[in-house]
Order: sequence, then structure tokens, then C-alpha cells
Amino acid sequence: MDISTTYLGMKLRSPLVCSASPLSEQVSNIKRMEDAGAGAVVLFSLFEEQIRREREALDHHLSYGTESFAEALSYFPEPDQYHAGPDQYLELIRKAKAVVDIPVIASLNGSSIGGWTRFARRMEEAGADALELNVYYIPTDPLLTSLMVERTYLDILTAVKSAVKIPVAMKLSPFFSNMGHMAKQLDDGGVDALVLFNRFYQPDIDLETLEVKPHVLLSTEAALRLPLTWIGILYGRIKANMAATSGVHSGTDAVKLILAGANVTMMTSALLHNGIDYIKSVEAGLREWMDKHEYESVTQMRGSVSQMHAEDPSAFERAQYMRALTSYRPAFNRW
Amino acid sequence: MPERLYTTIDGNEAAARIAYKVNEVIAIYPITPASPMGEWADEWASGAKLNLWGTVPQVIEMQSEGGAAGAIHGALQTGSLATTFTASQGLLLMIPNMYKIAGELTSTVFHIAARSLAAQGLSIFGDHSDVMAARATGWVMLASASVQEAHDFALIAHAATLQARLPFIHFFDGFRTSHEIARIELIPDEVIRAMLREDLIEAHRSRGLSPDHPFIRGTAQNPDVYFQARETVNPFYNVCPDIVQATMDQFAALTGRQYKLFEYHGAPDAERVIVVIGSGGEVAHETVDYLNAHGEKVGLLKVRLYRPFDMSRFIDALPATTRSIAVLDRTKEPGSAGEPLYVDCITALHEHGRFTTMPRVVGGRYGLSSKEFTPAMVKAVYDNLAQETPKNHFTVGINDDVSHSSLDFDPDFSVEPESVVRAVFYGLGADGTVGANKNSIKIIGENTENYAQGYFVYDSKKSGSMTVSHLRFGPNPIRSSYLISQANLVACHQPGFLERYEMFNEVMPGGTFLLNTSFGPDEIWSQLPRSAQEHIIEKRLKFYVIDALKVARESGMAGRINVPMQVCFFAISGVLPREEAIGAIKGAIEKTYGKKGEEIVAKNLEAVDRTLENLFEVQVPESISSVIPMQPAVAGHAPEFVQNVLGQMIARKGDLLPVSALPIDGTYPSGTTQWEKRNLAEEIPVWDPNICIQCGKCAMVCPHAVIRIKAYDPAVLADAPATFKAVDARDTEWSGLKYTIQVAPEDCTGCSLCVDVCPAKNKSAVAFKAINMRPQPPIREQERENWEFFTQIPELDRRFIKTSSIRQQQVQQPLFEFSGACAGCGETPYIKLITQLFGDHTVVANATGCSSIYGGNLPTTPWSKNAQGRGPAWANSLFEDNAEFGLGMRVSLDKQAEIARELLEKVAPALDGELVTSLLNAVQRDEAGIHDQRERVAILKDKLNSIDSPDARRLLGVADALVRRDVWIIGGDGWAYDIGFGGLDHVLASGRNVNILVMDTEVYSNTGGQQSKATPRAAVAKFAAGGKPAGKKDLGLIAMSYGNVYVAQVAMGAKDEHTLRAILEAEAYDGPSLIIAYSHCIAHGIDMGKAMRNQKAVVDSGQWLLYRYNPDRGEQGENPMILDSRPPKIPVKDFLRMENRFKMLELSKPEASRQLFAEAQQDVNTRWALYEYLASRSHKPTDGSAH
Repeated sequence: MDISTTYLGMKLRSPLVCSASPLSEQVSNIKRMEDAGAGAVVLFSLFEEQIRREREALDHHLSYGTESFAEALSYFPEPDQYHAGPDQYLELIRKAKAVVDIPVIASLNGSSIGGWTRFARRMEEAGADALELNVYYIPTDPLLTSLMVERTYLDILTAVKSAVKIPVAMKLSPFFSNMGHMAKQLDDGGVDALVLFNRFYQPDIDLETLEVKPHVLLSTEAALRLPLTWIGILYGRIKANMAATSGVHSGTDAVKLILAGANVTMMTSALLHNGIDYIKSVEAGLREWMDKHEYESVTQMRGSVSQMHAEDPSAFERAQYMRALTSYRPAFNRW
Repeated sequence: MPERLYTTIDGNEAAARIAYKVNEVIAIYPITPASPMGEWADEWASGAKLNLWGTVPQVIEMQSEGGAAGAIHGALQTGSLATTFTASQGLLLMIPNMYKIAGELTSTVFHIAARSLAAQGLSIFGDHSDVMAARATGWVMLASASVQEAHDFALIAHAATLQARLPFIHFFDGFRTSHEIARIELIPDEVIRAMLREDLIEAHRSRGLSPDHPFIRGTAQNPDVYFQARETVNPFYNVCPDIVQATMDQFAALTGRQYKLFEYHGAPDAERVIVVIGSGGEVAHETVDYLNAHGEKVGLLKVRLYRPFDMSRFIDALPATTRSIAVLDRTKEPGSAGEPLYVDCITALHEHGRFTTMPRVVGGRYGLSSKEFTPAMVKAVYDNLAQETPKNHFTVGINDDVSHSSLDFDPDFSVEPESVVRAVFYGLGADGTVGANKNSIKIIGENTENYAQGYFVYDSKKSGSMTVSHLRFGPNPIRSSYLISQANLVACHQPGFLERYEMFNEVMPGGTFLLNTSFGPDEIWSQLPRSAQEHIIEKRLKFYVIDALKVARESGMAGRINVPMQVCFFAISGVLPREEAIGAIKGAIEKTYGKKGEEIVAKNLEAVDRTLENLFEVQVPESISSVIPMQPAVAGHAPEFVQNVLGQMIARKGDLLPVSALPIDGTYPSGTTQWEKRNLAEEIPVWDPNICIQCGKCAMVCPHAVIRIKAYDPAVLADAPATFKAVDARDTEWSGLKYTIQVAPEDCTGCSLCVDVCPAKNKSAVAFKAINMRPQPPIREQERENWEFFTQIPELDRRFIKTSSIRQQQVQQPLFEFSGACAGCGETPYIKLITQLFGDHTVVANATGCSSIYGGNLPTTPWSKNAQGRGPAWANSLFEDNAEFGLGMRVSLDKQAEIARELLEKVAPALDGELVTSLLNAVQRDEAGIHDQRERVAILKDKLNSIDSPDARRLLGVADALVRRDVWIIGGDGWAYDIGFGGLDHVLASGRNVNILVMDTEVYSNTGGQQSKATPRAAVAKFAAGGKPAGKKDLGLIAMSYGNVYVAQVAMGAKDEHTLRAILEAEAYDGPSLIIAYSHCIAHGIDMGKAMRNQKAVVDSGQWLLYRYNPDRGEQGENPMILDSRPPKIPVKDFLRMENRFKMLELSKPEASRQLFAEAQQDVNTRWALYEYLASRSHKPTDGSAH
């Protein structure tokens, strides 16, 4: 049974890829991912905005209140150097490359075109096999048109593609007027893969303090429906590879996404819940299904239940939605 | 000769660079103005910078200067090259060891930034009181007079001490030299190497203790030999001057800079000569040149080597024509025949008969506590010598209208050469002005052939202070060790200063005035005070304006106006061609900020580019049109002393106050900050009574006591101003009363802590609370009127205030208000709370440190009194002895009460028996008890006045002692954990009823954030540049070990009720009590306006535990220990990452931070387990029969 796949022009031994998460902050974890059978690892995201804020905070605190009172002209020693910036991240790439054979994909969230290209180039120099652009962007300005939003994505892609030679994937949110058109534009723009979909930070309200709180929602299996839908629709219509992320919790989840057309399926929540070694269980589940259903390879499976190849292509469209609604019955009668 | 290297640094760094290079062991302890030398040593060692011999010196911080001297003594005795740095009281603490080190003929150099000693008041500023107090120790004393000399003499001292076998004090003037920035020539390593003889180093090492060739040193000697043994060292002192001069000569051969032990400068046939030590000699040098160029024949003898005093060299250095000599001492020795240098000179002249006619010698004092010493004063000294009967034992620089010692001088006399560009900058503390000026000096010093000098005058307040920068640039070495009085350029970086301070006196006619203002060139004229217009027109000044705040904001630099103002300076001054200057500024920005990230560089560069388009010359009108007056320093109805004395200090005219104006014994009136309206805040809190739940938290956390609460009779409101706010009091016990929260608008620093802690939110828009920040200027007048009205509302009767409830307790009047503490200070809320609760019957012993500075630094002080005239009586002794100082107060007050009781019993027959019984048996556990006792004492005193007996008269003098007196001993962690720990421990063990408040900021805050033993693991602090590797000392646990000490650890921001409860219990406990109060601090690198969140986080993480250990509970058979913290609920890392002191370790040393952060978590886990155990033990009091 061959579970290898191709992604971003690289042959991966498995379609199970660890997506960007805090787990990849430590090299030892990355090694454990490889040992557990991951096909590749996407490092946690480097946020340009965060780096900028950290540097500004450092500068602020080192200068705040200084040169004011004769006995305390400053409050901190001044070290010779700081690692405030991408240094630690780049070092992680280098170390990871030194200890694992699987591809190491760097993940970047820029806040300026200059930042995107500068950091992308440095990640490439540090040895990253590919880049994942994590365009984490919530347009809050009501005057911003959808065209302008889409333009932002395309500009970032064009800039980064022209700055690096390694393959570039783009992680997207589903919130476009026409996801398919957006994907097509990016495909035309040369994106090597689409990672579907980003899990946006969605704040919560603390009912005691009445404060808006950051709240990370880990994905559930139900979350895989959205990537499944769009991977199924896009398969065969774009050249770029597709990675499914969100909602992959078992081997059968991976199977579904590969059947829909994903080159790789990515996991974070399941590993945060169950530990890195859980990859082995997922792979076992994948193999079990393939064995039971007599599939020889992932390549064979891939896209076989996409909209293009499904028995009922309309099942990916609105007709399915209506059918689903009209056929819905509550589990028990509340009334 | 090696290539000449120039740099622009201050005197401390100049000396420290050499000290670091030529030593192996460096013991350090912070004290102003010497702290930076230790900080440099620690930073260099932390960065693994090598000394001359390729090794990193061991730098160790000690618990006191006495400890540092002891450690150095030990290092020297085991053969290392060792040094330390100190000043003032620190040097005094070293004196016992210094006698030993000299007696043992040990080679070392201590570098001293000479500073005043605390007498009638403490002073951080420069004079020679400290080094002169050490002159009997047998140490060689070598004085530097400039930054260059501080560098050169540091090496000369280190080289000479090895040969002389005598220890050296190398000293220079605190602040004037230690903090002056100047362009100097660096000594190359090869010169340092050539100066230090390896054979002498080897000899020094071989004299060290070694079990391989043992001996003993430090014997106890008896009358038979001690005296003779003391005389064995004489030959070493006899040859020492020759050795130092030879070392100076060798140095000259290597560098071209020749120094003499006594250096004469002036006319070879001068008749009048001044003898002086230190930077004053540079002023005299400049003045001598000027006077001789104008036909005088005067001379100057600079004393470099003061001990051993080489009398023959001194005599030989004087011109044969000398007829009169003025010896200037920068110290005061009350009751002496004369100050030390004067006496030495007289002795030399008397013993060495070179002069056929003995010159007339007079002595004088100058420059105490960095008092200005100017050419005008030098001229006054020469003029005095020209008198037929010159004044002796004179003073110069002050107006002594009491003893009439002072010499008159002409303040307008100036010798400043035209070739020197002089600029004065007025900035607001921390606005970047000083940093920009230091940067400009470096740019000029390092990009041109000019010599450069910068000196900075700071304010005595920690918040909203003014800085004045004095910059000089010129083609020749600059000797002007005094402030600029005739500037080519005066720049005012804060427009508000124009109405408060006179700054045009310093600009010369035809000079330039630069103002940072939001008004454009066509608008500004009408906004100027009248006097400013007068000066600008009369002096024909060029006038420029820049909106630097706008430039800064548009460049993303918030309120830091350093870059735009720096660009303006270069653009206007023409010191460098404009393009060249811009290029140099940009280069400096990249050098300074490069390591902090390209964004920081980019926005600074953007500010450079935006500046010039915003700089405008103002077309000055011909006529004066303004009617805007200068603001008075204090209100017109302030008391006379405040108006005439403190007001002058506030107005920066304190130098003009005559001796007679000042208290003779350092005693000042309480409650004077109320008269200094500083108007610092751009925004102040405004109360919304409709939202308010009247919890009192805003007032409780207010560091400056500007938020006040009163509950009062509604009838009071009849005369209320129209905008005065009042609502019904919500507390059920206050039904029928009105309630007001009022802000003192002109005293608020705008920290916004109150808003952050306010728990009441507007139900329609939660961003608004019951108290919100609003711009101050539009409501200043209205709120000033409201504040005035509010202060007239009677206080609630203290007997009926439930102090255990914050809501009620916070109506108690704070008797600590409007201090000079930092905006958002974490210490002052605790002090204020104590004054509210017990202030009217409290005596305070305050350790030196932040609290003694914001609590006791002139001009105005915050310890105040109530309408009855009662309030905390406050005193500061020293840094190291505060616990003992407070214990002494306790013992004394107890004794006075005992005497009163004894006398009362003696006088009893003549008094009402019931009164006597009540007085003797009074229970004074609460306000009512104290109130009743006060009334009884009043009756007693009334009756005693009519009894004619010695006992009655004596009782009158001590009768007040029958009323309860609390003693509060307060200070910071530097005192309690380090320098004062021994005394604190003894006081805790004494069992006496004292209350000790340790405001734990976890660093030496007042001296700029050096680590103490309270500093937690992983924190970056000065002296712990690599992150503190050791954990925090558990002071509370140590105190608990006595069993009879009340101990509480509190954090107001985490649980304010707990803080209140602990303070009440501590005061009520009849024995020693210790409260360790978490005090956030500017040195933590936090948002001071939200700092109570940090306090909450430090407790939530378990890094700081809340507990109370009450021995009274033990007496009742209960476990004395109550752990008031809940189990840690956030990882300690989450707290550490909130504060720059920890965060910067992650950024500077990521590997170390991972290790230390993990250990910090382990500390928390271990401590929690221990305290949980302590709190859960069953407590069975022993009855002594268990054995």
C-alpha cells in the first residue's frame, strides 16, 4: 500500500502533515512528528506584526522614564544584542532541517509587503523547503470592497513568489464572495498550493468582566466539512495542490478529504488533544480504510469523490443544502 | 605613539573602562552618583568582555558598601587585582576596611564619584565631604578634575598603587565630572599594558594568602608593639609622591598628557594664587587665562595628589612672587581650625621656609552639593585676595547673611570664549531631550575636530520633571565645569515651561530661541507670556518654532520628540553643515536602534525626514502685545515660609536664598506639596456618579492621593459650585449623607490606575466606567474650584468609620499627598493607606531610597497633617540603619510614656482620681479609645498648668506620650533584604511593638533598578544583566521563624481587602509586625497605568503569595498561618511575559531564559507546597510538658 503523496512539488511519504501550531516551537517535537510518521511539518507562524510590537515594546520599556531623575537615568542594562525578531524562528528552521528528513515548511504572517518578502527570503535562506503564507486578515473597514480584499491576497502572492524560488502555499479563509474565483486567481498567480482553511481567531465575551477575550477554539470533526466542500469543488479546476486543514481527527477524516481531492491533510487540534504520536493512529485508520476498500495508493484515491468525479456532482451545491434541511428531523421531539 | 582614539563618554565610564581592564575582582553596590561604574562593569562582564589579560573579571554585587569593601579586602588578601566604586555614605561604610587595607600595605584603587554626606539633609550631589572623611585612613588620594583625567588618573592610580604598595582613592566630582559627557582621548591597551609592571603584579599576588606558603596577617597587637608597628609604614608614604609623579611622567611619555602632583597655571610672577582640588580647578584655569589676558597677574595651583601631601612639591610649585593664597575646600568641617586643604597648606608653608615673607593664606568653602562654581566666583576669590585684609574662612557662591562669610560676586561676569558654541535645552523628563543631546554630543565629538561637553540638570521629582541640558562645542578642550549662562541657543522642548520658568536670562543678545509648540509661526507670538515677548524683542533673538510632537506622532514615535528636536538643533546651530548633520544623525540612529529592529530605525529616520518641513522661523513683531503673566510658583495664600523659601526653590531661584532663609537643623513644615501645583497631566480622571458603585477602589490605588472621597451632611452643598457633583451615599450606615469623589486636577499625574481598577462599567458602553480620563485643560478651572470647595467639607468623625470596609475606610483623609513619585507608583498607595488609618498618631522612620526621596526631597514634601494639626511625624536617618532608627523611636516613646505614667502617679494626689485611673488604664485599640485618651490628656494638661511642682511641670512635657503612638518603619527591598537586613532582623527579634512596611519593588528602584536579594529569578536588572540566576529571598519565612512576629505578604492590586486587613492586624498586634507589600515599579518595564493587573497576575501565577502569619492566632490555639492566595491558576511564564524585566531575557538570552523560566516555575511549585503545608498544619500550643 502506497500512502505517499506529492505536495508543493515534493514527494511526501504520507499525506498526514502537521499544520502550524505551538507544537512545532520545539525541535524535539518536530523530530517526534517525523518519528510518528508525519509526511511534512509546517512550523508555527511567524507574525511580523507581533515581532514589530515586541520590538516597539522593548524600545518603549527601555526608554520609558529614563533621563529624567538624576539617580535613575535608566532602569535596565543594555544588552549587546537582542533576538527580537525572526532570528529565533530562522534558527528553528535550521535546527529542524538538521534533525529531520521530512520537508520543513515555514509559515509566515506578514503585515506589510516589505515584511512578507523580507521574511520569506530569510526563511528560504535558512533552509525552509517551502513557505506557507498564512494570510490572517480580517477586513473590518466597511468601505473596503471585496475586490480590494482579493487584490491584497494577490499582491502578497506576487511579491513573495518573485522573492523566493521555493514553492509557496497560501492558507486562506473561506470568506470570499466566490471562493472558487479567488482560488482560480491565486492559481493563475502561480500559487503552488492552497491550504483550506484558516481558523480565524474569534473572540468571546466574558460575562463577568464584560471584556472581549481571546479564545482559541480547537477544531472538531465537523469542521472538516468546509474544506471538504471546497476541495471537492476545486479539484481538477486548478493546477495548485490542495491541503485540507481543520477537522482532521481520524484516519477516516483524512480519507474523506483525500477522496475530495486533497494532496495532504493537516492536523493540529487532534495532536494537541492526543499527543504527537496520535499521527500513528490516524495513519493506521487511513491504512485500515484503504485496505478494507482495496485502495492501493493515496494517488489512486485522490479526487475520486470530488465534484468532478462524484456520482452526484450537485451534492456539492445548493441542492444538497435544501435536501439536507428538508430532511432534517430533531433527534427527539421537544414539544 | 599609537594612533589617537577619541570617544565621547562621561566620567564614570571613563574611569570604569580602565578599572575593568586592569582588575580581576570587582565588588559593586549601587549609590548615586557612582552606580554607573558598577553597572558598566556588570554589563561588560555579562557580555563576556575581556580585561587586559584576556579574562572576564568576576563582578559581584554585595549587600552594602561595607560588604563590598570586605569582599575586596578578601580578594586582595588572596592576591587578586581588585577594585570597587562608591560615593558618599558608601565610602563611609568602607572606612573600617580601608584602615585595614592600608595598614596591610595593599595595592588597590577605589574609584569615588565624590558626593556630599547627609547632615541636615541628604544630598546626592557633588562635593568632597566623603573623601575628606576618609583622609585619615592612610589611603593615597588622587583627584581628577575632568572626564579625561578620570580616565587617565584611573590608570595612573592602578599603576602607582602596585609600586607604592599603598591603596588609592581615585576621586572625581560627583555629577560635575561623573556625569559630564565629554570628548576624550582613549588610552590604548598597549599603553595600559606598558604602565602595569608584570613583576609588581606578581609581587602583589605573591603577598596573598596561600596554604602553600602560609602566614597570618591581622594579628591583635598589644601596647608593647602596636605603636612601633604603626610607624613601620612611613617609608612607603615618604616615597609615594615620587612614585606617583614618576608614573605620571611615564604616562606622559606614552600619551603626551603630562600631569603634576601640584600643577601651577597662570602668570609666572603671580602674586595672588588659588589652591584647589577637582573640577573647580578647571573653572579657575579658564578664569586665570581670562584675567591674565586682561592685565591681571594671578595664578592657580591644582592639587592632584592630596595624600600623601607632598609639602615640598607644594611649596616649589608656587611662584616665588606669591604674596597671598586662597585655599578652596569643597567640604565643610564645622568647628575646625579650617577645612582640610587649607590646614595642610598652612602647615606646608609653615614647615618649609622658602618664602622670606610668608604669604597671607585664607581658606574658603565653595561648591557644596554641586553648588555652582563659576568664573565670577573665582574672580571674587582673587578680588578678595587683593583686599588689604582678605576675608578668611569665607564662603563663595552663596549669600551668608548669618555668619557673613560669603564673598560677593558679579553674576554677569563671564569668560566664555566666542569660539565655543553654547546651547541650553529645557525638556520634560523622559521626553527624549537628554538622550538626543547626548547623541548630538557624540555626533559632534566623533564627526568633527571639535571638543564637546554635555552636562544635564535633573529635577528632584520622579514624575513630570524638567531636565536642563547644557551643551558646549569648540575647537579647544573645554574647561567650563559650570552651567551655561550665556547661550547662543536656548531651546524649550515643552511649551508649558514658558509660563512657569524664567529661561531667557540664559540666552545672549542676538542668540536664538527654539520652541516646540503646536502653534505655527504666524500664531505663536500671541500665545507667549509677556516676559517672553519682552526678552525676544529686547535681545533681538532669532525665534524658531517646531511642532515636534506632531512630527513624532506622525512618525509613530508617540510623545518622544528627541529626534525632531535634535534635527532642529543641528539645522539652526550650524555646528555641522546641514546635510552632513542629517547624515550623522541617521547614522547614529542606525547604530543606536539597529539591534532593536528595523521598524524602530525606520520610524526614527522618518522623523528626521519630516522635521525640516515643520521647522519655521518666526517673524518677530516690533512690539509687545501679550498680557499673559508668568504663573506664580505657589498660590498667593500659601504660608509665608512656602511663599518665600519653598516657592523660590520651585521657581528655580533657590540659589539666591540667603543662609538666614533656611531652617538651622533640617526641620521643615509638613504638608507642603499642596502648594506646588504641577499640572502634569494631559488627562485627568472624571467621576461619573451615575455609574459609580461607591466601592472606594479608585481612591485606594491612587498613588498621589488626588482622588478623594467624602460622605457628608447635605446641608454643606448649599454653597457648592455649579459643577460640583454629589449623590446620595449608598452605604446603609450613611443613609441621609451625600457622597462625592473629587479629583485634585492640578496634582494628578494622569497615570490612570484609578480608571483601570474601577469595577463599575457603563451598561450601554462598557468602555466607559465610573471614572474616565478626560483632557485636563478644559476642566482645570472648574475642577480647581470644585477641589477647593471639597477640601472645605468637614471630614467624617473617625470614630464612626468602619475601617475594615474599603468603601468606608477610603473616606479617611490621606496624610501623604501629591508626592514626587513616578506616575502610577506602586509603593505610595500603601503609605497613603497607612496614613489614612493611623497617620494622626504615627511616627515614621523612613529608609533612604525612593520613599525618602518622593517623601522628603525639597522643595515640597507630601507628609501632611489634618485639620487638628496632627499627622505623621517623619524622619530619615540612613539607608542601612532604618530598622534600628525606628526601634530607637519605639523605645524612646515607650520610655516617655513610662515616665509620664510614673509622674502621673506622683502627681495623682493633686488630681482627680478617676481621671488618673482612666489615663493609666486607657484602652486605645481604636479611634474612639485614642480620642477619649486625647481628651483626658487635654484635661490633665489643663490641670497641670495650675499645679506648681517640678513633677507637674515635667509631666506637662511628656503627657502627650500617654496617647498611643505608632511607629512605622518603612523602606524598600534594598534596605530590608540587603543593606539593612541585619538591623531589621534584630528589630524583629526585639519583640517591640513596631510596624514594618517593606515596599518590595524587587530592585533598587531609586538608583535605577539594580538587583537586590528580593529580585526574582530570571529578572533582568542592573547588576543582573544576564538575568538573575538565584531565587528571591523569602523574607517573610525568615521573620516567621521567630514565632512572635506578625508577618503578612500583600499585593493591593491582587486583593485590596487583604491588604487592608493585614495592615489593620499588623498595627493591632502588640509586637513586631512585618508587611511585605508587592510594589510594581517603573523598573519592571510595565504599563504603569495598568500595573494593578500585573499585581493580580503575579499572585495568580503563585510567584507572589498572599498570606498572614498572626502569632495571636497561635495564642488562641489556632494555626497562626493563613494562606490567603488561591492555588496558582496561570503558569508563571504568563506573568513573566507581561514584564520587560523578564521578557528582555527572552530577547537577549533565549537559552538562559528557557532555563530560568522553568526554574522560576519550579520555585513557585516548591513555595506553594511549603506554604500550603504551613497553612494546613494543626497547631497545638506547647505547654512545656511535652519533653
